[in-house]
Amino acid sequence: MFKKFVLSMIAIIIMATVNVVVAGADDKIIKIDGSSTVYPITEAVAEEFQKAKRGAVKVTVGISGTGGGFKKFCRGETDISDASRPILKKEMDVCKEHGIKYVELPVAFDALTVVINPKNDWIRSMTVEELKKMWEPAAQGKVMKWSDVNPKWPNHKLSMFGPGADSGTFDYFTDAINGKEKASRGDFTASEDDNVLVQGVAHDKYAIGYFGLAYYVENKDKLKAVPIVNKGTTKAVSPSLATVMDGTYQPLARPIFIYVAEKALTKPEVKEFVTYYLSNAAKLTKQVGYVPLSKAHYDQAMKNFNGKKLGTGFGGKNEVGVRVDELLKRESHL
Amino acid sequence: MQKSKSELQTEIKKRIAVIKFWDRVFLIIGLLSTLVGLVLLFTLMADLFVNGFPRLSYKFLSSFPSRFPEEAGILSAWAGSFLVLLVTALASIPLGIAAGIYLEEYARKNWLTDIIEINIANLAGVPSIVYGLLALGLFVYFFKFGESILTGGLALALLILPMVIMATREAIRAIPNSIREASYALGATKWQTVQSHIIPYSTGGILTGVIIGLSRAIGETAPIITVGALTFIAFLPTSPFSSEFPFISFKWLFDPFTVMPIQMFNWVSRPQQEFQLNAAAAGIVLMIMTLLMNGLAIYIRYRFRRKIKW
Repeated sequence: MFKKFVLSMIAIIIMATVNVVVAGADDKIIKIDGSSTVYPITEAVAEEFQKAKRGAVKVTVGISGTGGGFKKFCRGETDISDASRPILKKEMDVCKEHGIKYVELPVAFDALTVVINPKNDWIRSMTVEELKKMWEPAAQGKVMKWSDVNPKWPNHKLSMFGPGADSGTFDYFTDAINGKEKASRGDFTASEDDNVLVQGVAHDKYAIGYFGLAYYVENKDKLKAVPIVNKGTTKAVSPSLATVMDGTYQPLARPIFIYVAEKALTKPEVKEFVTYYLSNAAKLTKQVGYVPLSKAHYDQAMKNFNGKKLGTGFGGKNEVGVRVDELLKRESHL
Repeated sequence: MQKSKSELQTEIKKRIAVIKFWDRVFLIIGLLSTLVGLVLLFTLMADLFVNGFPRLSYKFLSSFPSRFPEEAGILSAWAGSFLVLLVTALASIPLGIAAGIYLEEYARKNWLTDIIEINIANLAGVPSIVYGLLALGLFVYFFKFGESILTGGLALALLILPMVIMATREAIRAIPNSIREASYALGATKWQTVQSHIIPYSTGGILTGVIIGLSRAIGETAPIITVGALTFIAFLPTSPFSSEFPFISFKWLFDPFTVMPIQMFNWVSRPQQEFQLNAAAAGIVLMIMTLLMNGLAIYIRYRFRRKIKW
């Protein structure tokens, strides 16, 4: 009796296993991975897209970071990669090695905000040079007071807050301000959790810090954003939806991207998803606290996508102060 | 010079007073040390409850993640956690118990078993991320299980296997030798002795160890992220039961998944305050799951202890 039961259980298990192997890939799954900066936008698009398709297509989104995402993408494990910076030379090489071709599509702006305490009454605006004096590696142990940066500022200890070295925000800020990625002084309070930075600056009159614009927008009552002097026009520009979109808030705003694998485009659901992404990005981006591109940008991106414009417009390195309309028309390379 | 009797007495009394003073000092230090842990724990729990409790609802448990904090829920997260733990339990319990019984009842004491024992003790202290890397290489790339529930469950099974083995051995060691001898005296073979005496008597201890291992596994994030658990999943794994022959399906084993700690971490790192509340609410659910499991462990131990008399 017992033996019969065991035997029939084993038979059922074997059949079920066979079933799995035979009916392996009938599901429509779109696999996305990559940057945590782009994640909220992709999540919003995935949420809406799945609702619109009534569950017929499954979308998964992971957070492996831009670098980790490209690793999987270039091995052919994902269909789309979220990226807060362009693909780098060494990543392009890996992609080439595995025969992965891709379309590069900007989807939104990511803007950094330099913030100070609301009680700070000596800062009206700052220049990139002043920020550099404060944050460059040479400032470590030397620039310790506000007056060390500018003699007109108070002779009081400077408390600095910034994201940790694993963050894309840190990479971009150091590149845009100090001129070299990851080149920064090390003696500041670093946290991967931006909410910690918000608290730090909100409770210290002599504090300064930087992080993504979305965190400033959510905490406007506790913080003050520093207008940054635009090098071209020499006018101080406050970060806002309008100034990021029209390109005057520079150099602390950059486009962020999705990379779509060419071979994934043979799947109609991926094509449909990307089209949906670009058509709805303007609305969804704002909802999650990011700055959208202009309509003309999205139209041009759609054109690039439909025309299968393969490769990156950057040539394998990061670039500060890039203009999206110009980028989209550049010649691109794989 | 001789001290008078009364002088000696006062000196002894003084010494006793000093010793008693130190005795009390240590008592207070000990009490304070205990309180630090407890107070911290209670503050954390109170904070979690105050923040998260208003968000707890049936809807929170039955919704998928969303960009709108008030619509977001943890359905895919807790379903993922549950299924991963199921795989973990199914894999680690038979392996761990078999290994424990072998080491305790069958293995000869020689250098080989010594090495195995030292290794198992060491494995229990290996950081969990290392198991994640092992699982990534072995299950994802070598066996090609993909970034699936199966991989996640097996990774955690590796992680808690040393704990299950140790718990099994402790439980078996607590069985008096007279039981084994009595069994052999009646002509039972080794397997008969193990099957009808050793296993039933040690079940309580083994299950306790298993559940404590599982309640550690449920909070693990590092190995699960390493093997490729995802953050946004707005669908459930394939149902294990189907209307067609053969009625059960193992397809869910190969489905992508997310787990509770990952969902919490994602919400904590969002700028919107409301997501922080969601994270707190998810924390409460996770804590209740852990407490329930620990409670079950205590109950099982109590039940089995009561049944056995020797």
